[in-house]
Amino acid sequence: MLTPVLSAHWDEADSFTIEGYTRHRGYEALKKALTIPQDDLIQLVKDSGLRGRGGAGFPTGMKWGFIPQGPEGQGAKPHYLVVNADESEPGTCKDVPFMMANPHALVEGVAIASFAIRASHAFIYIRGEVLHVIRRVQEAVAQAYAAGHLGKDIHGSGFDLDVVVHSGAGAYICGEETALLDSLEGYRGQPRLRPPFPATHGLYASPTVVNNVESIASVPSIVLGGAEWFSGMGTEKSKGYTLYSLSGHVKKPGQYEAPLGITLRQLLELSGGMREGHTLKFWTPGGSSTPLLTAEHLDVPLDYEGVTAAGSMLGTKALQCFDETTCVVRAILRWTEFYAHESCGKCTPCREGTFWMVQILQRLEDGTGTEADIATLLDTCDNIFGRSFCALGDGATSPIVSGVQHFRDEFLSHLTSGGCPFDPVASTVFGGVSA
Amino acid sequence: MVDLDLQPPVDRSKVPPLTDQTRAEVREIIARYPRSRSALLPMLHLVQSVQGYVSPDGIALCSEELDLTKAEVGAVATFYPMYRRRPAGTYHVGVCTNTLCAVLGGDAIMDALKEHTGLKHNQTSEDGTISLEHIECNAACDYAPVVMVNWEFYDNQTPQSARELVDACKAGNPPQPTRGPSKLVTFKEMSRVLAGFNDGLGQEGAAAGHASLIGLELAKQRGDTAPSYPGTES
Ligand SMILES: Cc1cc2nc3c(=O)[nH]c(=O)nc-3n(C[C@H](O)[C@H](O)[C@H](O)COP(=O)(O)O)c2cc1C
Ligand code: SF4
Ligand code: FES
Repeated sequence: MLTPVLSAHWDEADSFTIEGYTRHRGYEALKKALTIPQDDLIQLVKDSGLRGRGGAGFPTGMKWGFIPQGPEGQGAKPHYLVVNADESEPGTCKDVPFMMANPHALVEGVAIASFAIRASHAFIYIRGEVLHVIRRVQEAVAQAYAAGHLGKDIHGSGFDLDVVVHSGAGAYICGEETALLDSLEGYRGQPRLRPPFPATHGLYASPTVVNNVESIASVPSIVLGGAEWFSGMGTEKSKGYTLYSLSGHVKKPGQYEAPLGITLRQLLELSGGMREGHTLKFWTPGGSSTPLLTAEHLDVPLDYEGVTAAGSMLGTKALQCFDETTCVVRAILRWTEFYAHESCGKCTPCREGTFWMVQILQRLEDGTGTEADIATLLDTCDNIFGRSFCALGDGATSPIVSGVQHFRDEFLSHLTSGGCPFDPVASTVFGGVSA
Repeated sequence: MVDLDLQPPVDRSKVPPLTDQTRAEVREIIARYPRSRSALLPMLHLVQSVQGYVSPDGIALCSEELDLTKAEVGAVATFYPMYRRRPAGTYHVGVCTNTLCAVLGGDAIMDALKEHTGLKHNQTSEDGTISLEHIECNAACDYAPVVMVNWEFYDNQTPQSARELVDACKAGNPPQPTRGPSKLVTFKEMSRVLAGFNDGLGQEGAAAGHASLIGLELAKQRGDTAPSYPGTES
């Protein structure tokens, strides 16, 4: 049921070193890839069915195939690979432990992907707030250069590649791929209008692939195992293995690598379930920007189609589980405060809308609101969703719309009881004990 | 959320100056990129590694070296929360109060630390040892509630453990991060790494924390594995 590939050797003390990685066939995939024609490599990734692990699930091989090649037009400009290691979607905590434990799989994936799209410059954009992870990736890159896996004429192939590790500076919006590109160019991180898409006009208005850490890190295994090996795992349209991050009121929070399509029920059964004496109340399938689900949805296959059919999105597979001690209104208010804080301010629906949603939710939470506020709140969501410049605005409406849908009574009970009926101490992991 | 900055102006006589070495390192950063402006974010981290915040001098240096106006540099610096408008403490403490951590205890931890230190969100203690901030999800939700000091992980905290952590930092004797090197570096030392100057400490510390390993351990207990690559036994 579990299929550790990326995480298979994290329990070895030196899994993050080049020695530890090489011991398990590390960099063999790069050497093999350098002997394969680039278009065949892109086809291999297409055939594997790998879809982007950064949230949207776009087919990775197809994205690579969009890069214009050849001596004319955009194709003649330098090509770039940019790895999105900004991991800031609330609940999402897979790329960070992955880069800490196994940074060389990312570096090897970067080398293979750059070769395939004919990029001689790659960037790994890591959120700035994870110091030890940044060190590990910096050192992995340095070790890879020293071993000849990066740099000039890699393994005699004639292929040159420079990799720069770039630290962000704390803005969630920089995870959005076009904002990330602006940030990497040294500007405020604000999303760009599309089209043109990064594939033709990305970094420095040149052809650019932006991929999530996990997407890129999955590539070496596809090169070694083949497309069929990879697509042998998962479901019909959601292929392969992936990292699920379980967190919250569960007995064993952590990273679980499994084929796409596993269910939350299976993951909970495997890991001992919710904390003792408590039951699941609501959860996110893929971070706070994906609509909330409830215990009714325990058997939803956690693949792109399954979660969409259930009215949410697979997103980043960040399974934040909350039990019955948690006030859903408080949870939603806090997420909304996050979106209001992180809204880049470029477009009015999101900038103004998130601000007003916080005001309304505060009233609803502290019991001073009215039932009409709920309608106003949903109205505001309606004016943001689909009308914002980027997906942050849409994401901000997800917890609210789904929360009201599943828990309208709880919103109302705040109004009738003149405030929050929940004891916040009960939902902490330490209870009243050490507070 | 608006954080009104009502603290007195920074006493710039106490801030270490940017030197010729800083300028030389700025140029090293610029050389890493195909276009110079891409160096701006790491350059601002470098300024913080010397001065503890992005000072007017730092903005001037970046604008000179990148041939930008000070307003252009300032517009970038103020966009990003990690660039500070006043010096951080030697130990910059961040408590995650995004929903999951908040519910699991982050709010209680933040309240405890505010009370214990007398600091508000985004304030630095008078002796310059500690600054306090509530932070957003730091990609460590499986270790909630999480406290970061100088962006190293202090996992699975309680109000009590967080108070002890801050006291130890104040005493100049911080404990080893839960997932990090053997010693906690200062805010300025940390900023140097973010500017791209590696401090060699990445080889220290565990590969993975306990929560990161839980799925792998369960897989091993159950005998679950991914299919082996075609043509190999392992
Ligand atoms: C507000 C916002 C934040 C995002 N944050 C991230 C992130 O931290 N990491 C990431 O890989 N993708 C993030 N994305 C998705 C990226 O825009 C992009 O789809 C992704 O990096 C593409 O990589 P993939 O195809 O490999 O998934 C974010 C999107 C939005 C709208
Ligand atoms: S939706 Fe929000 S984050 Fe996205 S561009 Fe508009 S204001 Fe900025
Ligand atoms: S919510 Fe605190 S680390 Fe994710």
